[in-house]
Amino acid sequence: MPRQRLILFGALGLFVVFLVYRVATGAMVNPLEGGPALGMWVAALLTLCIFSFLAGDNPFYKFAEHLFVGVSAAYWAVKGFWNAIVPNLMGKLLPEFTANTAIPGLRKEDGTLPAPDLIYVLPLIFGLLLLWRLAPKGQWISRWSLAFVVGITAGLRLIGYLSSDFVGQVRNTMLPLLVVGDGGLLWVDSFNNIVIVVGVVTGLAYFYFSREHTGAFGRMTRIGIWTLMVTFGAGFGYTVMGRIALLVGRLEFLFVDWLKLASP
Amino acid sequence: MSGFRLPEIDRRLVFAIVAAVVVFPIFFRLSLPEVPSTIVMNVFDSVESLPAGAMVLMPMDFDPGSEAELQPMARAFVRHCAEKKLRITFLTLWGTGSQMIERVTKDVLIPEFPDYQYGRDWVNLGYKPGMESVITVILNDLKKTFPTDVSGKNLDDIPLTRDVRNLRNYNLILSVSAGYAGTKEWVQFAGDPGQIPVAAGMTAVQAPLNYPYYPRQLKGLLGGVKAAAEYESLLIKKYPRYEDQQKYRFEALTRMGPQTFAHLAVIGLILLGNATYWINRRAAQGGA
Repeated sequence: MPRQRLILFGALGLFVVFLVYRVATGAMVNPLEGGPALGMWVAALLTLCIFSFLAGDNPFYKFAEHLFVGVSAAYWAVKGFWNAIVPNLMGKLLPEFTANTAIPGLRKEDGTLPAPDLIYVLPLIFGLLLLWRLAPKGQWISRWSLAFVVGITAGLRLIGYLSSDFVGQVRNTMLPLLVVGDGGLLWVDSFNNIVIVVGVVTGLAYFYFSREHTGAFGRMTRIGIWTLMVTFGAGFGYTVMGRIALLVGRLEFLFVDWLKLASP
Repeated sequence: MSGFRLPEIDRRLVFAIVAAVVVFPIFFRLSLPEVPSTIVMNVFDSVESLPAGAMVLMPMDFDPGSEAELQPMARAFVRHCAEKKLRITFLTLWGTGSQMIERVTKDVLIPEFPDYQYGRDWVNLGYKPGMESVITVILNDLKKTFPTDVSGKNLDDIPLTRDVRNLRNYNLILSVSAGYAGTKEWVQFAGDPGQIPVAAGMTAVQAPLNYPYYPRQLKGLLGGVKAAAEYESLLIKKYPRYEDQQKYRFEALTRMGPQTFAHLAVIGLILLGNATYWINRRAAQGGA
């Protein structure tokens, strides 16, 4: 057995002895209690399996990864069925049947039920057409449903982006360069507005490629690229902060909640 | 000097350094005082300015993967809304968001505010798939997509939702989100078309994408754990009962210690990396 593997197994053995000792002395929760205690142990061991990837690919990491994919697929299938198909399809088409078999709450306290809404036959048909993909012949039929989904999504998002991101952002950039308050010129607000307006204009200028980036226009685009670089830097900084926060959260879980080596 | 070269650092050493600087403050509970920024204060003021009984929609669009960043924000928002006696409606566009709602209500709302009654003061509508399509529908008709709450009770039989017709009945949307669908979609498909004020807390990665909406389309935003800590400090300052740190756990404030040390380590590693690159380049030029 290679020396490195021996050290690894030795360290793992010591860690297991440490855990057994902590559980035996009541310093940690006992996984045999079941319920939340067992859940905490499973979460902690799976976290360690994922962390083991830092040392390189290994069977523990693979196990946790495959478990995650499998559980996620099942979870989403169940969630989709009980949160969309049952209340929003069956509940609309067959309210009485759904209230009697799955969601009693569809029936109001005074006993009334909503009338069947037959327009929901259309999503039912489109849903079935989508499943045609699994049939041995005529898979092209599923494209009708896909076309509907793509068309609706594209239309919705186009409107959202046009109104909030395009028109809204143009409006947000129309700012006074000199902000005057009761006490005279507000220097900080004016500076902020100038930075926003100059940043947007020069940033847009950088992406204008129909004219060579030379002379005064070139100097403007240089400011634009600096604006972009500062933005990327801020984005990178935020990303580091986010990733470190996740690490802190996981290590807190391991050392405070699971191992109970540090106080909350 | 021309022959001197710095060795490349083993990436596992970088991992070990970052882990060490994060673990050390966890054990010693090192944390730093927070000075709230204007953008965070604007979120706080958006909640603070609402009268008792005002309706707040709190979409919790995140999963356990971003819980470390967003659960402290969610808890702070819930505490603040409950202190102000606002009526809260929880929902989520993320399949795993239901558990996040359950955690914040079980850990904070129910034990810390025993007078807060389900159905009268707060309600949980649970998860609905469909992303922005859900928002588009509930902007005009809430009960079309959410006929029942998370436990299957008809919304017409719940006092809080009985008279609610659509999102326009809400005074504020307080979004907590980790990506798509999230704050951006709540601004695009509810806040802007419905003229409903939106304030938000989000992951640090999401913050730069949502800054352009501030201050007209977003009243304020919390980006990452730093902003969450600032919000918590505002809450403690406004409501002195939270000064009892033994009784109330403010996770973002306690996490800012490890966060700060880790940032210093990352800055140090960036400087070291650049110095190594510069020295080795000089050495290569000198040897050429």
